[in-house]
Amino acid sequence: MNNYELMVIFTPVLSEEDFKASQKKFLDLITDNGGEVVSTNPWGLKSLAYPIQKKTTAIYWVAEFKGQPDFNEKLKIQLLRDEQVLRHMITKLDKYAVEYNQRKRSGVPTGNEKAVEA
Amino acid sequence: MAKANEIKYLTAIKQEKRAKKFCRFKKYGIKYIDYKDAEFLKKFLNEQGKLFPRRLTGNSLKFQRKVSEAVKKARQMGLLPYVTDLLK
Repeated sequence: MNNYELMVIFTPVLSEEDFKASQKKFLDLITDNGGEVVSTNPWGLKSLAYPIQKKTTAIYWVAEFKGQPDFNEKLKIQLLRDEQVLRHMITKLDKYAVEYNQRKRSGVPTGNEKAVEA
Repeated sequence: MAKANEIKYLTAIKQEKRAKKFCRFKKYGIKYIDYKDAEFLKKFLNEQGKLFPRRLTGNSLKFQRKVSEAVKKARQMGLLPYVTDLLK
């Protein structure tokens, strides 16, 4: 059961309940295959640094989950098939990353603030 | 014409001692560089959005690679531009 982080970019024309529906769809997919969702964090509409598929703004969604290594293939197929998804990225989290996300969520100051001014 | 080294200054020129560069990640004990944190990653990008070399950032090799990986992931996810004219 590794820790993964999924970041998905949806088209900006997505309505609120479609956004929730697709979030739920992917989260259910994770839990159905024996995974466990740690946290889900929709960022909502954000402007992109460069146009993706002729769109300059997009809806971001970040989710952290535990899962089997072979599950990611199934998730990727679903993500590629969904045309509302512009782009997605699944990253493996090592223990420092998991701890960093944990502290970020719980408001505990992560070490990075100190490094900002250096 | 007095050559450069013959010019005597009244007071010795104090060469401005450049501060010793250090790896901020090792010093502050940071272990994970988050690719989602675009503001922090911008410190390692120049005006055009290109990565600074190690001799400018002062990072150790291990963390320079982690920074470059994080920047490339952020670029892939549209958080940082691949190339721009005025990033700051």
